[in-house]
Amino acid sequence: MIPGIGAFTWDTLWCFSQVKGTMETGTTEADIISTVEFNHTGELLATGDKGGRVVIFQREQESKNQVHRRGEYNVYSTFQSHEPEFDYLKSLEIEEKINKIRWLPQQNAAYFLLSTNDKTVKLWKVSERDKRPEGYNLKDEEGRLRDPATITTLRVPVLRPMDLMVEATPRRVFANAHTYHINSISVNSDYETYMSADDLRINLWNFEITNQSFNIVDIKPANMEELTEVITAAEFHPHHCNTFVYSSSKGTIRLCDMRASALCDRHTKFFEEPEDPSNRSFFSEIISSISDVKFSHSGRYIMTRDYLTVKVWDLNMENRPIETYQVHDYLRSKLCSLYENDCIFDKFECVWNGSDSVIMTGSYNNFFRMFDRNTKRDVTLEASRENSKPRAILKPRKVCVGGKRRKDEISVDSLDFSKKILHTAWHPSENIIAVAATNNLYIFQDKVN
Amino acid sequence: MSAEVPEAASAEEQKEMEDKVTSPEKAEEAKLKARYPHLGQKPGGSDFLRKRLQKGQKYFDSGDYNMAKAKMKNKQLPTAAPDKTDVTGDHIPTPQDLPQRKPSLVASKLAG
Repeated sequence: MIPGIGAFTWDTLWCFSQVKGTMETGTTEADIISTVEFNHTGELLATGDKGGRVVIFQREQESKNQVHRRGEYNVYSTFQSHEPEFDYLKSLEIEEKINKIRWLPQQNAAYFLLSTNDKTVKLWKVSERDKRPEGYNLKDEEGRLRDPATITTLRVPVLRPMDLMVEATPRRVFANAHTYHINSISVNSDYETYMSADDLRINLWNFEITNQSFNIVDIKPANMEELTEVITAAEFHPHHCNTFVYSSSKGTIRLCDMRASALCDRHTKFFEEPEDPSNRSFFSEIISSISDVKFSHSGRYIMTRDYLTVKVWDLNMENRPIETYQVHDYLRSKLCSLYENDCIFDKFECVWNGSDSVIMTGSYNNFFRMFDRNTKRDVTLEASRENSKPRAILKPRKVCVGGKRRKDEISVDSLDFSKKILHTAWHPSENIIAVAATNNLYIFQDKVN
Repeated sequence: MSAEVPEAASAEEQKEMEDKVTSPEKAEEAKLKARYPHLGQKPGGSDFLRKRLQKGQKYFDSGDYNMAKAKMKNKQLPTAAPDKTDVTGDHIPTPQDLPQRKPSLVASKLAG
C-alpha cells in the first residue's frame, strides 16, 4: 500500500462540490437545463435552459487559506438569451429552449459565447464594468439634464470605481438560415467562422456577417418521401479549420474537407460499423442513431454516443470504432417500454476529459458513467441531493440485472427514467465536472489529497 | 437501409420465437409488434423521421382561420370553446384560443 493513496486503487475518487438550483419536487419546464459548457480556461461555466435563459458561473480565486478547497463556482451573469416565437406562416411554435452554448476563445477582457435555440443563433458579449464616469456638466448625478443657464463652471468628468457589474449584450443575431431544427453549433479553430447544423443542412457563418451564410452540407432529398436519415450532430476539428464531422440518425459519421468543394455533400471519410444482419430488429436503427459526436482534444479521435453505447473512432480507420463502451446494456430488454414512453429517443451527450484519457456520459436514475480508456475500468456515479455533503466522496453505483440483488444495488425495474442525465461537461484541464440533472446542476471534483 | 419484407408467413413467426431466447432485443420487438400490430414495416424510417422534422407543429392555421372568417361574413366568428385546451374538429381555432407563450420573466433558479 502506497502512503497517501489509501486503500483504493489508482482510480480517481470523485467528491461532491456544489449543487445549483432548487430542491423542490415538481419542476417547472422552464428550469430544465438543456446545455452545459465550460469555457476554454474552465474559469467560466455556462448553462442554458428550456426557458431560454443562460446562467454563467465563475470560479472563485482559490484563497491561500483554503488550499484543500478548490475554487467554487458562483453566479457571474444571467440573461434571457432567447424568447418563444410563433411562425404564423408555417403554424410553427419556435421554442426558446437553448439547444447549445459554445464559447469563443478569449481575445480581450470580454467573454463571448454563442447560444442557439431551434432557429436562431446569437453571439453574446459578457463584460465587466467596474468604473463609472461622474461629474458631468450637462447632467446631474441622477442623469437628469441640467438647465444650461445654471451652469457657471466647467469640470472634467472622472472615472470612479463602482461595484462590479457584469453585463451581457447580444452582439450578433444569426437568424432565418434554418428551415429545420438546429441541433449543433461549433466554433472553428480559425476563430472567424462557425457552423450551425440542423436536421438536413449545415451552414457556415462568419462572426461578422449576419445576413448571409454558406450552406456546406445539404442532405435534403428532392422527394421527402425518400428521406432516410437526418443530421444529428456536427463539430469542427479542433485544429484543422477545413475539417468537420457530422453524425446521422443511422449511426454513421461523415468527415468533410471544405477544401475539396464548396458544397461538402460528398464526404472525405465515412465511418460506419458493420452490422450483423441477423441481429437486426425494429429497434436497431433507432438505437444506433448518434446523439452526440465530439472530437478528442488531440484531434486524432472522435467519440460518438448512441442509445446504449459510447464509441471511440480513430480518424484513420473508417470501418469500425477502436473502442466501444456499454453505458447501460441492461436496457436492451426494456426497449419496448422505452419506445412507448419515448425514452428511446433521448439524446445523451458525451465528453472527453482534458487529456482524452477518460470519457463520460449520462444515463437514467441520475446516474452518469465514466470510462477510463487506459485501464479499461468504468464507474457509475449518481447526482443526488442525498450525497451532497461538502467533499463527500461519491460511492460507485451498480445496477443489478436480475438474479439476486445485493444490498447497495438497484434493480433495472426500479430505475427512474424521468431522471435523465443528458448534459455533462468536463473542465478543460482539471478533474472538475458539471452534471445537469433536470433542473439542478451538480459540480463534482476529484479528491484533493 | 434494406427494405423489410412484410411478415406474414408463420415461418417468420417461428424464427422470432427462436430469436426470443437468444436476443433480448428481438424479444422486445415481438412484444411491441404484439401490442401494435400495424406498426410501420419500415423500422425507424420516413414516418418517424418526418415526425422529428415537424416538431412544434401547432394546429392553428391562418389560412383556415381566414377562410372561415370570409365564409361567415354576416355570422359571428366561431367563439372560443369553454375549455381552452379542447380545440378540435369543426371548431376553427382563433388566435385568442392559443395558449399564450410568454417569455420567462422570472430569473433562473440556478442564479438564486
